[in-house]
Amino acid sequence: MSNQSYTVIFYIFAAITVCSAAFVVFTRNIIYSAFSLLFTFFGIAALYVFLSADFIAVTQVVVYVGGILVLLLFGVMFTNNIMNPGEKTEVINIIPGVFLLIGVISATLYAFYTDDSWVKTGNLFQGSVVERIGFETMSRYVLPFEMSSILLLAALIGAAFLARFDKTEN
Amino acid sequence: MTLTALSQFSLPFLMGSGLNVWSETLVGFNVWGLPLGLIILAAIPLVFIALYSLTYGVYGERKISAFMQDRLGPMDVGKWGILQTIADILKLIQKEDIVPTSADKFLFVIGPGILFVASFLAYAVLPFSSAFIGANLNVGLYYAIGIVALEVVGILAAGWGSNNKWALYGAVRSVAQIVSYEIPAAIALLCGAMMAGTLDMQQISILQSGEYGFAHFYLFQSPIAWLPFLIYFIASLAEVNRAPFDIPEAESELVAGYFTEYSGMKFAVIFLAEYGSMFMVSAIISVVFLGGWNSPLPNIGSLALNTWTNGPVWGAFWMIMKGFFFIFVQMWLRWTLPRLRVDQLMYLCWKVLTPFAFISFVLTAIWEIYVP
Repeated sequence: MSNQSYTVIFYIFAAITVCSAAFVVFTRNIIYSAFSLLFTFFGIAALYVFLSADFIAVTQVVVYVGGILVLLLFGVMFTNNIMNPGEKTEVINIIPGVFLLIGVISATLYAFYTDDSWVKTGNLFQGSVVERIGFETMSRYVLPFEMSSILLLAALIGAAFLARFDKTEN
Repeated sequence: MTLTALSQFSLPFLMGSGLNVWSETLVGFNVWGLPLGLIILAAIPLVFIALYSLTYGVYGERKISAFMQDRLGPMDVGKWGILQTIADILKLIQKEDIVPTSADKFLFVIGPGILFVASFLAYAVLPFSSAFIGANLNVGLYYAIGIVALEVVGILAAGWGSNNKWALYGAVRSVAQIVSYEIPAAIALLCGAMMAGTLDMQQISILQSGEYGFAHFYLFQSPIAWLPFLIYFIASLAEVNRAPFDIPEAESELVAGYFTEYSGMKFAVIFLAEYGSMFMVSAIISVVFLGGWNSPLPNIGSLALNTWTNGPVWGAFWMIMKGFFFIFVQMWLRWTLPRLRVDQLMYLCWKVLTPFAFISFVLTAIWEIYVP
């Protein structure tokens, strides 16, 4: 494929990501916003593929679509008043929100216009990434890996404890 | 089509038997700068799913179930009822497209679409032959395991959008089942990936080729491999909602589960998605444990059965036949075993399959490090 068609496809995926993310925020129906998140996650996975990060793209789909999105959908379906879009939170801070938005956008634009060179890595990695990721996880990043596994184990034990059928009360 | 475009495209059968030649020729096939070959490449599995579910899927399942129950099955349309499926499809196309008034219109329509796309996406990494694979990813197996997660969203959209308590119950049951059984399935496949040392589907198949045919398959390469093979097969039944794990569509309790409200072509699309994922899991199990497109016949002295029955075209034949064999086993089990209860289903997943998957994982690791 030519460079031009890559650009076109990139902008299609970028548009899908941004539009669906905007829909997540702006729609009144929380079921729709949860389903719209699917397209955001997939758009981001596609952008990872464009960066030649296949492994991260697939991990994005596995973790976010297979895990987080399903959890969110279940959570949304178990909440009351899904079909009542008129409900609003009492905490509405429009003025600080606008200030924060202007601050973040101007800081990003300032950084972008004053220092417009992207950070480039010295060595581009060729070939299969999977072996490399496995090797790095088991050697240089073994401590964070083990720590996150302990965290997940603690979460699993906690979930099992919470969901346990209490024998003394029945 | 111009002559220059035609000259790019010679018959794929005449072009040697190197790795991925057919698919790479298709990728390079452009008409007026448009990547038409890529579209054809994506359309081939689509046509395959449609053809196979029409013939073997629907007609075969009805005939097999009939013979198992000592019936004749469809006999009226055509000789032995061969044209029955065509008549059914014609009926489904003519049916009125009913959307219930109280349904969520958008989710009701998009649900079957997401479901079908999800079951079709994994076909991108299935090596149909040594010369044909949709996308030769180096994370192919991981992708094939992960992309199934999208099916869950389609089922939830269909079940929620129907605004029917049976449909919602079916959807929630189905999602709980798929999400739980993904764990033993993924760990069992990891055992195969460990034996291969790669996640590339084409590479896994190549590593299982050799002159002794089936003896090179991973199922027969280690004394533990039958355990992850069996675990993945059971878990894959649950992932595609087939009996004995068909509680999401248990007709005695839930009418038809998450597709209770669907009729006409939307129902046909849901069925197509089910048959699509049935072949997908069968293809994955044959690639990881049974050599994919490699011929199972061994060379016996001068009788070089393995050499004669290998090659790109034979590869496609073996791949599809292995897939069809597992689909036959799935149908066979459907008419043999009773349906599990929800608690039995969860018991089987968390207290039987997952611990045994871990055990087989550790044993395979030990075998791979110390034995060969």
